Amino acid sequence: MSTPIDSALGEPINLSRRRFLVASAGTAVGALVLGFGVPLGSARMQAIAAERQAAGTQVSAFLEIRPDNTIRLLCPFIEGGQGTYTAMAQIVGEELDADPSTFVVDSAPPGEAYVVMENGLRITGGSMSVRMSYPTMRRLGALARAMLLQAASARLNVPVSELTTEPSHVLHVASGRSLSYGELAGLALDLAVPAIDSITLRDPSQFRWIGKPVRRLDSYDKSTGKALYTIDLQVDGMLHAAVQHAPRLGMTVGELRNEAQVKAMKGVHSVHRLPGAVAVVAERWWHAKRAVEAIQVQWQEPSSDSPLRIMPADFSSVAFRERLANEPGPGRDAEVEGDFAGTLAKAKTPVEATYHNQYVNHAQLEPPSALARFNPDGGLEIWLPNQAQDFFLADIAKRTGLDPSRITLHTPLLGGFFGRHFLYDTANPYPQAIELAKAVGRPIKLIWSREEEFLRDPLRPMAVVKFRAALDANGLPVAIEAVSATEGPTEGLAGKQGEKLDPSALEGLTDKAYAIAHRRIAQIYVKGPVMLGYWRSVGNSLNDFFYEAFLDELADKGGHDPYELRLHLLQGNARLTHLLQSVAELSGGWKRGPFTAEDGSRRARGVAMASPFGTETAVVAEVSIENGQVKVHDIWQAIDPGSIVNPAIVEAQVNGAVALGLSQALVEEAVYVDGKPRARNYDLYPILPPARMARVHVKVIESGAKMGGIGEPPLPAVAPAVANAVSRLTGQRIRSMPFSSYTFSQPT
Amino acid sequence: MELRINQKTYQVDAEADTPLLWVIRDDLGLTGTKYGCGLAQCGACSVLVDGNVVRSCVTPVAGVVGREVTTIEAIEVDEVGKRVVAAWVEYQVAQCGYCQSGQVMAATALLKRTPKPNDAQIAAAMVNLCRCGTYNAINAAVHELATDVATLAAPAGEIV
Repeated sequence: MSTPIDSALGEPINLSRRRFLVASAGTAVGALVLGFGVPLGSARMQAIAAERQAAGTQVSAFLEIRPDNTIRLLCPFIEGGQGTYTAMAQIVGEELDADPSTFVVDSAPPGEAYVVMENGLRITGGSMSVRMSYPTMRRLGALARAMLLQAASARLNVPVSELTTEPSHVLHVASGRSLSYGELAGLALDLAVPAIDSITLRDPSQFRWIGKPVRRLDSYDKSTGKALYTIDLQVDGMLHAAVQHAPRLGMTVGELRNEAQVKAMKGVHSVHRLPGAVAVVAERWWHAKRAVEAIQVQWQEPSSDSPLRIMPADFSSVAFRERLANEPGPGRDAEVEGDFAGTLAKAKTPVEATYHNQYVNHAQLEPPSALARFNPDGGLEIWLPNQAQDFFLADIAKRTGLDPSRITLHTPLLGGFFGRHFLYDTANPYPQAIELAKAVGRPIKLIWSREEEFLRDPLRPMAVVKFRAALDANGLPVAIEAVSATEGPTEGLAGKQGEKLDPSALEGLTDKAYAIAHRRIAQIYVKGPVMLGYWRSVGNSLNDFFYEAFLDELADKGGHDPYELRLHLLQGNARLTHLLQSVAELSGGWKRGPFTAEDGSRRARGVAMASPFGTETAVVAEVSIENGQVKVHDIWQAIDPGSIVNPAIVEAQVNGAVALGLSQALVEEAVYVDGKPRARNYDLYPILPPARMARVHVKVIESGAKMGGIGEPPLPAVAPAVANAVSRLTGQRIRSMPFSSYTFSQPT
Repeated sequence: MELRINQKTYQVDAEADTPLLWVIRDDLGLTGTKYGCGLAQCGACSVLVDGNVVRSCVTPVAGVVGREVTTIEAIEVDEVGKRVVAAWVEYQVAQCGYCQSGQVMAATALLKRTPKPNDAQIAAAMVNLCRCGTYNAINAAVHELATDVATLAAPAGEIV
C-alpha cells in the first residue's frame, strides 16, 4: 500500500536525505489526515478553532514510529534556526516517553490538523511556536503514548494498568516482557485516539528533556552541508529561472530592446514577460541570471490605477524622514493615562527630544527561491520558504484558480527568516515560478539573485518619535508623551490604517511597566511608498530604542542614575525589579563609568529593558570608541520568559538576537534615493561582521510567569543599552540608528 | 574541461568564466556549498582549492583546472575537517545553518595551515557573515580546536 505520508509530501527526486525518508516511509502507519479547509482570514480561522473539538489530537497526522524506534514528527512550525524542531521533539518526546534524539522532524503540510496554537492560528512567527502550543504538543505526545500502551495491552493480553513505559518501550514488569514502540506502532497508531480527559501529563518535576539543554537535531546536517533549503532542491526535468525586476515597484515591462540577442545567448531556453519583471529560463541558473541581467528593458511608468504600492521616481528615504518629522499632530491616541498635558504645563522641568530610526532589510543569507512543478494530473506541487503554510496555500489557490486540494505545498528549512517569509505581495518568487512553469511546461526553480532580493525585500518601518516629559521637583519623571509618525507593518500590508491602531507600529512605546502616572502614546499615521514587512521583534526593535534612550535623558536631566531611576520606577514590580537586579549582578554590579579598562581604553556602560512578546528582558552594554566608531565589548542580558524548554537554544537565540540588535544599532540602513535602494548587496548594505560582535553573557530567569517568546525578545533592549553607554561615555546624545552616522571623538 | 573535486575527476561542459559555485551546485549537484551574495561578500560559498579557502561565487571554473577542490561534502574525509565538524556539533554552532558550510570550510583551511592560530589569526580567517549571529559559538569552537593541538596534528595541506 502506498503510504499517505509519502504521496501527501511527494518528496522531490534525487535527494539522498529525502530518499532515506521516502524509502523508510514504507513503514508508515495510520492515515495522514490532511485538512484542506483553507483559512480565509483570521476570523474564519478562529471560528474553525472554536469548532474543533481539540487541536493537535490527530496523532497519526503528526507521528510515524518506525521499526527501529526512530520517530518522525511532522512539525506544525518551520525550522529556520530558532530550534523549534528540537524543542517540539523535546515536548512531544517528554510525554511520549521517547528520547528527542530519536526524532526526525519535518515540516507538516498545510491543513487544519496542524492548527495547534491557542490563538487558533498556525504560523511560525511572533515568537509564538512553543508558548502557544506547549500544552497541545505535550498532550499529543501523551495521547500517542496511551495508544502504544493500549496496543501493548492487546499484544500481551494484560491490562493497561499493569504496563509502564521507558524510553521507546512498553514494559510489563510482572512478566519481564517488553515491546518496543517500533514493534507496536503498526497496531497503536491505527487505534482510536483516546479521549483527551483520559490522559495525565507528566509532573514537571519528573521532566527528563523539557528544560534541559538537549542537543539540536540538525547540528550535524547543518555542519556538513547536508541540510536542504528550497534553493537546493532539484526535480527531474527542471529548468532554472532568473528575473530582473522593475527598478521601482509598479513599473511595467515595455519593449525589450535586445530580446533577440538575449534569446541567442548560451543556454537560454526562453525569455518571458511577467508582471513588473522579465525572466529568463535556462538549463543552468548562471546562464539564466547572466541573460536576464543583459536584457535592456524599456520600463514603463505605472498607470494611475495600478493596484500596487507604487514607488515614485523622486522618493528618498532621507526626505521621507523629514516629512515624518514635520507631519502635523496631534495623532491618534493609543494609550492615555492621567493628565499628561496638565502635568506638563505645570512642570518645573519639561524635557523634549526627537528620535528616529532607519529602514532595514531582512538580509537573511538564503536568497528567496521557489520550485514549481505541474504534475501530469494538472495539480501543482510547489516548494517555497514560508512562515505560514495555510496562508500561502490559500494565496496560491487564489492566484492559480486551482482548488487547494490540487496544490501540494512543501516548506523546506529556512536559511534564516527574521520575518522575511510571510505573505508579502510582490516580495515572493513563487507567483513567478508558477507562471514560468506553466509557460514552459516543465518544473521551474526560480532563484532571486541577491540584488533582486534587495530590490523587493519589504523593509522594517521607519518612525520619527517626538517625546515630551515632565520631571517633578525631585527630578523624577511624572509625565511622558510619545507621538510616533510612522506606518506599522500590519497597516502597511493592509494599505490603510484600520479602525484600531496597528499594535505593531507602537509596541515598545505602549504598555511600559514604569510607574509614570501621566502618559500619552499616540501615532500620526503617514502612509509611505515603501513596502513594509515584519522584522525580528517588529515594533519593539525601534520603539524600545527610542523609549529607553529617552528615559536615560530624563535620568540625566533629573540628576538620577539611570539604573537607580529604573529601579525606582519599578517599585512594587517584583518580577522586573528582580530582572534588573539580575542583569546588574550578571555584569559584576552596576557600574556606569566612564572608567578605564585594563587595555587602557575608556569605557562606559548603559542599561535598558524591554517587554516584547510576553517575555521580560534587561540588558547592560559596555562600550568604548575605536576609530571614531562604537565598539561594543560585552552584552549582559537577563531574560525572563516565565519558563523554558531548552536553555541551550535560549542562550543561542539571545546571542543571535544580540547580533541583530547590534547590527541595526551599529551599521545597518536601507537608503532609498530616486526611488531605488542604494544597496543591492552586502557591499553597500553592511550587516554585523564577526569583528563587531560582542561577548554575550546570558542569565535565564524562570519566574514561573506565563510562558513568553524566545526568538525575538532578546533583541529590543540591545540598541538602547548601547546608546545609553555611548551617551555616557561621549556626552553626546544618541537619538537615531544606526550609530555609524555619528562621529565620536576619543573620550579622555 | 576536467575538474578534480573531492578526489574525483569530473568532465564539465561550462564556459571558462562560469563561477565555480554554479558548476558545483548545478552541474555536479553538490548543494552543500551555498549561494549567498555572488560578490565574495558573505563567504557562504567557501570551498578549498589546494587547501586554501576561496569564494567559489567569484572564482572562474577555468581557474581551478588542475587543482584539487574540496567542498563541504568531503570535509570529513579530511582529518582536520572532521574535527572541525565535530567541534561545530559539540558547540551547537548552527542556527539556520545556511552559512555554516562556508564557516566550516574557513575554519578547516585556517587550522590546516596554522594548527595553533592565535586570536588575531582566528579573527583574520573567520570573516564569513552569519545573519543568525552564531559568531560567539564559532569563536568558541575554533578556539577549542586551536588549543586541541594533539588532535589537529595533520600536516598542513595534506588530505588525509
